[in-house]
Amino acid sequence: MKIRKNALAGIALAATAALGLAACGGSPAPAGSASPEATNGEITVYNAQHESLTKEWADAFTAETGIKVTLRQGSDTEMSNQIVQEGAASPADVFLTENSPAMAQVENAGLFADVNKDTIAQVPAEFRPTTGKWTGIAARSTVLVYDKAKLTADKLPKSMLDLAKPEWKGKWAASPSGADFQAIVSALLELKGEAATEAWLKGMKENFTAYKGNSTAMKAVNAGEVDAALIYHYYYYGDQAKTGENSKNVTPYYFKKQDPGAFVSVSGGGVLKSSKNADKAQAFLKFITGKKGQEVLQKGTSFEYAIASGVPANEKLVPVKELQAPAVDPAKLNSAKVTELMTKAGLL
Amino acid sequence: MTTQASAPEVSGRTTTAGRGKRPRPPFGVSAVAVLAVLIALFSLVPLGYVVFMTVATGWETAAALIFRERVGELLLNTVLLTVFTVPLCLVLGVGGAWLVERTTLPGHKVWAVLLAAPLAIPAFVNSYAWVSAVPSLQGLFSGVLIATLSYFPLVYIPAAATLGRLDPAIEQSAASLGLGAWRAFFRVVLPQLRIAMTGGALLVALHLLAEYGAFAMIRFDTFTTAIMVQYQSTFNGTAGNMLASVLVFFCLLLLLAEVRSRGTARYAKVGSGAQAKALRLPLHAYQMPAQLFLAALTALAFGLPLAFVLRWIMAGGAEIWAADELVPALLQTLGYGLGGALVTTVVAFPMAYLAVRHPGWFSKALELSNYITSSMPGIVVGLAFVTVSIRLVPEMYQTAGVLIAAYVLLFLPRALVNIRAGLAQAPKELDEAAQALGTPPLLAFIRVTLRLTAPAAAGGAALVFLAIVNELTATLLLSPNGTRTLATEFWTKSSEIDYAGAAPYALLMIVISAPMTYLLFQQSKKVAGQ
Repeated sequence: MKIRKNALAGIALAATAALGLAACGGSPAPAGSASPEATNGEITVYNAQHESLTKEWADAFTAETGIKVTLRQGSDTEMSNQIVQEGAASPADVFLTENSPAMAQVENAGLFADVNKDTIAQVPAEFRPTTGKWTGIAARSTVLVYDKAKLTADKLPKSMLDLAKPEWKGKWAASPSGADFQAIVSALLELKGEAATEAWLKGMKENFTAYKGNSTAMKAVNAGEVDAALIYHYYYYGDQAKTGENSKNVTPYYFKKQDPGAFVSVSGGGVLKSSKNADKAQAFLKFITGKKGQEVLQKGTSFEYAIASGVPANEKLVPVKELQAPAVDPAKLNSAKVTELMTKAGLL
Repeated sequence: MTTQASAPEVSGRTTTAGRGKRPRPPFGVSAVAVLAVLIALFSLVPLGYVVFMTVATGWETAAALIFRERVGELLLNTVLLTVFTVPLCLVLGVGGAWLVERTTLPGHKVWAVLLAAPLAIPAFVNSYAWVSAVPSLQGLFSGVLIATLSYFPLVYIPAAATLGRLDPAIEQSAASLGLGAWRAFFRVVLPQLRIAMTGGALLVALHLLAEYGAFAMIRFDTFTTAIMVQYQSTFNGTAGNMLASVLVFFCLLLLLAEVRSRGTARYAKVGSGAQAKALRLPLHAYQMPAQLFLAALTALAFGLPLAFVLRWIMAGGAEIWAADELVPALLQTLGYGLGGALVTTVVAFPMAYLAVRHPGWFSKALELSNYITSSMPGIVVGLAFVTVSIRLVPEMYQTAGVLIAAYVLLFLPRALVNIRAGLAQAPKELDEAAQALGTPPLLAFIRVTLRLTAPAAAGGAALVFLAIVNELTATLLLSPNGTRTLATEFWTKSSEIDYAGAAPYALLMIVISAPMTYLLFQQSKKVAGQ
């Protein structure tokens, strides 16, 4: 009797498992077969931008052109390194990032095709590299968000470099693992050189508290866990536009005066040389830097800066011109060196 | 994938001629061994990757990246986490199992299910709930708390299954020889739990080493979280690979400890007649404390996470239920979970068979190779497969097959531990008796051993399913373009602190994990003959 019961259980399991196999054969298969189909009129986008923003772009693009867009989600330098490894076999047609260093890496590996001239024409020169291998698609500004109950205006740092000084020990937060923060460091490296960057990172390791993600760091300031956090501006405005639950006790502070902390980071987009759908990929890039694509930035919930096709930034934001950002050539930002220095400083 | 597909053929061919008079193994041991070696070799791909990368890096660079302060910090965190969490899980798991299976505790049938229930809650959902409840949670203490509450059922389930089917005659003999209840427990019962405990403890330790999401959310850095950070910055950069090699070294130590403590004792018995029902000890004055203990444990490990997921669901309202995002994620999760569980169970069988029926350095070495792989974080296995598939088998790159293969390698021990325990309790003498009565070896094997092992295999498959549903890092890396599982979507949303938006995914993960957890519970009951 006992054996029979066990056997029944075994059969039940086998049935469940068989069902599972059927389900398995059923659902992942279409996803797996997406790449061969892609050659017939779909594009694959390696997306390191916020998923919600790119999804909005992709949906609008598909609605207008009928071209289906498949997204693969990742982070900036993860995907740039992945593309470099994939080389000519990369399934990606388009690569979108949050920051420039990852674009520079793919460009340096010689994997980008030239961006079409009419796309370039839509983007002002300060938001794209001179090489024309990729283009800016949006921008974001560095900001220090702080807890007004803990810091008064006179105690705020004059420069981002001050955060490495002893008086800031235990008082500020950042997300060192994120591409955003690493882009800020890459700007520092470009502006002040290796020795100064190394010293600043060493002070940072002493002083700061690591959080995973800019929104988490801002939430910690809001909850009174830490006085300030070095993040990008749109986390603050995005939360304010929603419930303000994670930013109601938080005030943004812009360093301005061409300080490294006033760095405005350019999000990039490029078409892979290996793309088998180059025309469609170029069309996608043209679309997101065009009027409709930029209006998604202006009117949507991303709160990133619109930069191209004459579309103004969201009216709630401080205009780019007032940010007094330092001049940095986005093509010169070096992600590998930044990772190396941050690893050396024990931040990664 | 082709190796396990050919398994039945190989075994079939070698056995049709085996209608001998003397009992013999159901299929040629060599066939099983060849199969097991192939699987083991395949499972060594990720380790090979790490070793290759370390060697390719060169000693000087490697040393600079390994012997640095940050690695020391990570090492300390990882060691402390393991040292605190594993014993806690053993105490809670075995203690809970004993209360439920061997005492007259009222409501023990309900408690038996509730103690397994936390398995249906992924560790990173648990972490998310705790962070919602106590936002200031961070660091070692929080890591131990969340890991213990998430993983003690990994000890509880095998311990309860073993306790439930222990022959009370052994304890009666102990009692007749003058041992009291406590001493009988420690001297007679506990040694019988050895396989369940060492296996469970190893599983817990491996989870601790591989977990990413739960610790990332409370800002507790381990090797795995640090490798993930390196990965996000450099893909498969050198520094990440070196951290992985330290982690692998750490795993090797754990594995050695497990193999040593497993021992060589035999746990099967040739039954003569029906086994008596297990004895239940009256608790008397300890009843209330026991009830309170179980209530508190269940409330913290299951009640709290469920309550906070529901809280976010209420807070989020209707807008968080986007069917066009939820349904595909649900279907893909189910597909990968069930498919992966089936393949893993089939692949685990030859390994378990060799380990139990032909123990020795050979079978231990084979099993070890799997444990090494499975102890590596999903991120490393993912990275190895990305690199290997794109360089050697580009037609497999970013296909579902590669992801399933990674799941098999990652979760093989979950199936293996269970099947091995099941086989250990299925005496080969029964197989031999059936053969002596004229049943062909393969048929005898299917009718006797396979049937007796089926519940344990089902338990193993359920564990694998649960693990796949909760898997995050390898899934992120290896899934075909456009694939989204419940786990990856939950992680994306909760990382952007959209806790309400993440809640439906958490709830769905719990809901589809629940039946498997219940199946596990059912199996332990059936094995116990109740």
